[in-house]
Amino acid sequence: MITLHIQYFAILREQRGLTQETLVTSAATPTALYEELRARHGFTLPADRVRAAVNDDFVPGTHSLRDGDRLVFIPPVAGG
Amino acid sequence: MSFRISSEPLDPTALARTLADARAGACVTFEGWVRNRNEGQPVLSLEYEAYALLADKEGARILTEAREKFDLLGAVCVHRVGHLQLGELAVWVGVTAEHRGAAFDACRYLIDETKARVPIWKKEHYASGVTAWINCATRGDFADAGR
Repeated sequence: MITLHIQYFAILREQRGLTQETLVTSAATPTALYEELRARHGFTLPADRVRAAVNDDFVPGTHSLRDGDRLVFIPPVAGG
Repeated sequence: MSFRISSEPLDPTALARTLADARAGACVTFEGWVRNRNEGQPVLSLEYEAYALLADKEGARILTEAREKFDLLGAVCVHRVGHLQLGELAVWVGVTAEHRGAAFDACRYLIDETKARVPIWKKEHYASGVTAWINCATRGDFADAGR
């Protein structure tokens, strides 16, 4: 089990009802954790439309998470 | 070259002044404004939110790419966050070059890539009272050509 610090933005922040949380998980990758959280909190976006960032850099959904990582799930962006 | 997220209103005149360069024969600027309609729905206001740490990094990468692709002298891109009203300036891009071709092309590249890649989100507030996060960023033809 690893401890992760998660920050939420935009639609995910609203659906989670939090801007950040620390949690303990057995999920090994961002995609696995997103699926876990999606089931728990009813996130509407499917995993394939959400990108991930670890410690403020984009990573693939298959990236190996490590204890203490800061993780952000990135819904489809819409600047401009 | 600079990219930043701003929670304060943008001043285009002051931003353009930062690009002043005696070598430049061209300055192209783009202003993205909050408009009153999207896909047929009347819009009252927009909220922008950014993941600032990653937005700054991705914005800097886009500027580096633009410098490699086009013959630029200077480039600035600033994007607002917060709750914006109709007519407010949401994003400002300015580019200088010796000649206009590079300035037009680079300005287009910077705004297209910013919209498509930088972690910024937009929530529309409609006249009906409903709100929605806009999830469909679009790229212009120019950016597509390189992919």
